[in-house]
Amino acid sequence: MSRLQQFGYGCRDSLAMIVGIVPFGLIYGALASLAGLTLWQALGMSLLVYVGSAQFIAISLLTLGSGALVILLTTFVVNLRHVLYSAALQPYVGGLPQRWRLPLAFGLTDETFAVVQRRYLARGMADYGQWYHAGVALALYLSWVGSSLVGALLGQSVPNLAGWGLDFAMLATFIGIVVPALRNQPQIAAALVASAVALLCHAWPYKLGLMAAALSGIAIGVWLEQRQTRMSNGEAG
Amino acid sequence: MEVWLLILGMALITFAIRYSLFAFPDLRFPPLVRQGLHYVPTAVLSAIVLPGMLIPDGQQWAFNSENAYLLAGVVTIAIAALTRHLLATIGGGLLVFFALRALLGQLPV
Repeated sequence: MSRLQQFGYGCRDSLAMIVGIVPFGLIYGALASLAGLTLWQALGMSLLVYVGSAQFIAISLLTLGSGALVILLTTFVVNLRHVLYSAALQPYVGGLPQRWRLPLAFGLTDETFAVVQRRYLARGMADYGQWYHAGVALALYLSWVGSSLVGALLGQSVPNLAGWGLDFAMLATFIGIVVPALRNQPQIAAALVASAVALLCHAWPYKLGLMAAALSGIAIGVWLEQRQTRMSNGEAG
Repeated sequence: MEVWLLILGMALITFAIRYSLFAFPDLRFPPLVRQGLHYVPTAVLSAIVLPGMLIPDGQQWAFNSENAYLLAGVVTIAIAALTRHLLATIGGGLLVFFALRALLGQLPV
């Protein structure tokens, strides 16, 4: 099977994800315009940063008037989950030359991971796996950048767009990601504790309450998971 | 200018995280760190969602029946729990949200 064919299969298997990405790109672009970013800045963030969730959060933090340091810290924490993806794909991508690893790392989003992981698990690197991966990454990248651009143009030309409450799309997206992940007690506890701390500390300067909330949630999740492991080990022994 | 510096900073941080384990194929994290990473998405996103529903403008608590963010948020959580489907959750949630805003006379039309 040829490289080009695999590249094409990658693009084809990305279609379902593209249907999900385009509305967010549109909304991101519109919100970025409303937050006061120029067309080039809104587009530049999609081109260079390329991470939907953190871009949404950065925009809402900018709207709330947060400082750059807080936004960068938040970007770091929100993106930490990509370490998991990087670790999961390491056995396949780790052996490729640098000129492959750099662009594939740049394109490693939630959606890219979801599509390529299925292929890697089924067939590994057989039949030009990296070309399939490249097809997925490029198709998803272009759909994100393209829809961001259209959204930013809409944001600048449609009057009163700010009054619609488009930012709810971000909340709905995050709910759609979090709720299905609440499959066990530690995950549920992490969500509850993080929410409670975030509400209690929302008035802290520079949105530092978000950091406190995230760290509290992670700590409680890890603590409960370890307690469960100890208890089940105790029963087994 | 400041916005561009912010964008560059975000780009560097994001890329460094994504490249971390591709750059060092033999790198492994200690178990505690790996465990903690599993709770990052849940903790961060929950910490954004709940204040977004209860304090939509970032300043004032809005624990009332006029708050479409709160009402639609609750419905969206229910949709997510029942369907476990991302697109259905977002589509259904937005539909409920805009219907509520229209009913409450909060749309700029």
